Order: sequence, then C-alpha cells, then structure tokens
Amino acid sequence: MDSLKSLPRAHPAADAAASEPAGLDFTRSRRDSLRRKLVERSVHAVLFLCALISVLTTTGIVITLLGETILFFGEVPIVDFLTGTRWTPLFASKSFGVLPLVNGTIVVALVAIVVAVPIGLLTAIFLSEFAPARLRSVVKPVLEVLAGIPTVVYGYFALQFVTPILRDIFPQTQIFNVASAGIVMGFMILPMMASISEDALRAVPRDLREGAFALGATRFEVVSRVVVPGALSGILAAVILSISRAIGETMIVAIAAGLQPQMGFDLLRSMETMTAYIVQVSLGDTPQGGIEFRTIFAVGTLLFVMTLVMNLLSDLLVRRYREAYE
Amino acid sequence: MSAQSTAAIPSADVWRPSQTRRRWSGWLFYGLAVVSTLMGLVMLGALLFDIVTDGAGQVDWHFLTNYPSRIADNAGLRSALLGSLWMLAFTAIIAFPLGVGAAIYLEEYAPDNWLTRFIQLNIANLAGVPSIVYGLLGLGLFVRWLALGRVVLAGSMTMALLILPLIIVASREAIRAVPDSLREGSYALGATRWQMVRQTVLPSAAGGILTGTILALARAIGETAPLITIGALTYVAFDPNGPLDIFTVLPIQIFNWVSLPQKEFHSLAAGGIVVLLVVLLTANSLAVYLRYRMQRRLQ
Repeated sequence: MDSLKSLPRAHPAADAAASEPAGLDFTRSRRDSLRRKLVERSVHAVLFLCALISVLTTTGIVITLLGETILFFGEVPIVDFLTGTRWTPLFASKSFGVLPLVNGTIVVALVAIVVAVPIGLLTAIFLSEFAPARLRSVVKPVLEVLAGIPTVVYGYFALQFVTPILRDIFPQTQIFNVASAGIVMGFMILPMMASISEDALRAVPRDLREGAFALGATRFEVVSRVVVPGALSGILAAVILSISRAIGETMIVAIAAGLQPQMGFDLLRSMETMTAYIVQVSLGDTPQGGIEFRTIFAVGTLLFVMTLVMNLLSDLLVRRYREAYE
Repeated sequence: MSAQSTAAIPSADVWRPSQTRRRWSGWLFYGLAVVSTLMGLVMLGALLFDIVTDGAGQVDWHFLTNYPSRIADNAGLRSALLGSLWMLAFTAIIAFPLGVGAAIYLEEYAPDNWLTRFIQLNIANLAGVPSIVYGLLGLGLFVRWLALGRVVLAGSMTMALLILPLIIVASREAIRAVPDSLREGSYALGATRWQMVRQTVLPSAAGGILTGTILALARAIGETAPLITIGALTYVAFDPNGPLDIFTVLPIQIFNWVSLPQKEFHSLAAGGIVVLLVVLLTANSLAVYLRYRMQRRLQ
C-alpha cells in the first residue's frame, strides 16, 4: 500500500479513462494513443543519444589526439620521438625525444606508489580485518576526504610544506623536486588504493578465514597467508589503477616537480613529467598549429595510451577476483 | 582450493614456530596497520592545518571582491570566483540532463546487447582518462574546431564531458535503488514506460541523482588542468559576463599565485585555497544532507 501512496500524483491516463465513458469517442483515444506512441519513441531516441555521448566522447578523444599526432609524426619520425633522450621542442635547437618526459613521469609515479601501496594496503587490512564497524564507519569517510581535495591544493602543500622539510633533511634538495611531488601524490592516491584493496579483501569468503583460524592460525597468519593471497588479483588491480592515476596527475607535478626534462633517478632534483609539459605549453604563448603546439597532442596520445592500457588491465583483474568468489 | 592451502602451509615436521614470535609478529603487524591508517589521517590534518594557518588571515571582503593585481595587498579573487560560477552553471546545464538521460536509458530502456555493453565499457574507461586529456579534447574540439575560443562555454563543455561518467554512475545507482513494485504499480495504472519513469522512478531517485550531481560538480570546481589546457587565462582583471567571455577560475588563480616567486603571493594562494575548500565543504555537506533526507524518506 505504501508504494501506491508514494506515487506522486494521479495518473493522467487514469484521469482520462475516468472522465470518458468507455467505448465512446474512438477517434480521440486513437489520436491520443498515437500521440503517446510518438512521445514514447522520441523519448527513447533522445535518451539513447544521451547514452551515446560517452561513445562520442571516446571517439572525439581518439580523433583529436590522433589527428594532431599524425601531423606531428609527419615532421618528426616516430622512432626519434619514442627513443630520443633530449626534449627541447621550445628551444632554438629543437629535439623531440620524449624519453626525458616519460622518465620524469615514471619516477614521480614510482615515488607515489612506494608511498601509496604499502600504506594503502595496510590501511585496507586494518579497516577490513581489525577495525570494529563503528571505527571503520568514521575512518573511511575521513580518508575519502583526501581523494576529494583538489590537486592544486596538493601542489601548494608539496611546494610549501613538504619541500621545506625535505630541504632541512637533505640540503641539496632543489626547490622543485620529484620527491615532494611524489610523496604528496602518494597520499592523494591513498584513498583509492585503500578502498579498492579493501573491496578485494572483503570479497574473500569468511569460510576461508574461519578455516584458517580453526587450524590455529593467529590473525596475522590468517591475513598474510589466506586473506591477502586470496585478494591478490584485486590488490594488483588497485596498484595498477594507482599507477595509472599517478601518471595522469597534473597539477601536483606542474607546481612542485618543476619543468626540466631530464633523465635519471635523482629524486631531489627537478624533473618534468608529460602532464607538466602539456601545462607548460598551454600556459605559454605557443602559436596554435605549429610543431611546438602539436607536441602536446603527441605527448597526450602517449599518456592516453599508457593510462588506457593500465585501466583495461586492472579492469580485467577485478573481474577475475569477482568471478573467483561470486 | 585445497592445493592452494597445502602449498601455503609448510608440512608439520618443518613448521615449529616459537609461540612468542608468532604473537609478537602479530602485534607488530597490528601496530603497522594502525600506524598506516593514522598516517593518512595525520597527513590530512597537516594539510588542512598548514593551509588554514597560511591562508585564513587573507580571507576578507576585499579579498573576495578585488580583481587580481600585481600588488599582493590589493589582489583578490573576484574574477576567478565569477569565472568559476559561470563555468559551473553551464557545466551543470549541459552535464545534468545528458548524464541523467544516459542513466535512465541504461537502467530503464537499454536492451542487453553488444551496443549497451560497449556503452557501459566506454563509460567505465572514460572515468579513468586523465583530466588533462579531456583538456586536449576540449582544445581540439571546442576551442579550435568549433572555433569557440578560450571562453566559458568551451570550458563548461569540456568539464561536462569530464564529469559525465560520475553523474551517470551515481544516477544509475539511484535509479536501480527504486523498488520494482513502484514500476509495476505504475504500469498497472496504464502508464507508458516514459510516464512510469517520469512520474514514479525519477521522483523516487531524485535525491540520489542530485547528490551524485552535486559531488560531480564539486569535482568540476576543483579541476585545474583541463581548463589550463583549453587556454583559460591566468590573469583576468574584468568580470566575465556570459558564456562567450574569456575567463579564469578559482583553482587557476591559485595555481597562478603559487607559481609566482614572491612570498606574499603564496599567502594569497593559501587564502584562495581556504575559499575553495569552504566552497567544496559546503557542496559536500549539501550532498550528505540530501542523501540523509532521502534515506529517511525511503524508510
């Protein structure tokens, strides 16, 4: 009965049926039903188009990126782009080797992962295996706040808070450096890493845990030998998704990691990532349509491909653990 | 299953662990898990504390109503706030109907075929595309191909595409939560499918849809990279007055101030961040409140 009460208002069709004696005025009701059919069809079509926007967006991304990238590769051989170790498209002596940007991107992402994966996984284990339900219901949303903070805020925090601390400990640290951007990025990714891992841990059936307890295992042994191995594909998916997120992250690195494309692994020095380069060109007065302008689409394409591959891979892994237990 | 567990646990004649060590490693692990969980919380606390101590003093009426300036004392957020408002309004106008429409289609209309699955896969993948790639899309499609230029509308369309997957996912969940008995009741009264959706499903799902939309818009308020990529300006000393004006937004203004070498501008940036976080906090509280009210009504 309740469900009927909550129906918002009396139904127009019901009204119509009530006010007209049944069986009279057939032309009108036929016209009505024709009109209704038309409305139904057009609504269906419009809604379908809304859903199709997502496909169009993907198509748009691919066409926009590829269009400019193909023009770019008309001028710069693709092999030079992918294997060159000097990136100076904005200088007088131009060189288009993207590896320094890739190097910077990977190094920052690695730092972020080194922070986010262990802390995130242990947080997930704490929340799923140790924490009482009430504590969990408080801690989880608070951690989620970390994921909702705009990245420009993290950039400020890295540059103004973490970098000075690093410079106190390691005086040779440059103002813009990979370490502080990577550490802060790690904390930005942390909630995602923790939440996907926690889902994976919780998907491990209770029976397995209880079986292990019954064999006399301690809680640590249950977690480390039964639960974590059982959730491994989900945890791996979380790690891959975290890497993908770290690679695509822009503002933290643009603010705190600097704009110097270079090879190497010195965390205390400035490096430029692919995303930071796109920002650098966008902020400058590079004329649209030139080769310098096209570089951002070529770099963007590479970024898109890298993240897409990782997202698909992690999707595959998540599906696998779902299949295993559900 | 059984092969796995015998492999994981070494045979009994080898396994003679010391009970103290087992107990201690358990406690150590527990300690590590607690410390890790605390680290995230401590970092959040440090971040908020750092920003509030740096920036709270900056925020006053002049800061909100002055244009940006080369002189730090006179600088304010006026054009950035207005730009964010314009951008947000048009993003909402574009993204809300499209997102809800797509969600209705996928939940209430879509047949189970390859096209539907392809659309769903697409939405899932779009949610993982880096935001700066959306910026490149906006630059190529809206700014150059449609020749809109670096205006509010181009930014809004870019941002709408960026948050569309979020709105679709949230709206689908809200629509799915509507009990089937309501749908059947509506059909039993002779409603067509659209009448059923419009008069039964949408009113019941409205709370969830609004909550999801507000959270998605909150994301749009904080996004910086795509708008920089489409060419939103970093220095605007006039009011944007419509969708076809050039503009800047709050996070870009903050970014601009952080990038300047002078210390005074860094405090301005912190002040801007305080304003940004207050706006986001308000939006999130509104979303939480709506969700709470919706839950109560459903009970």
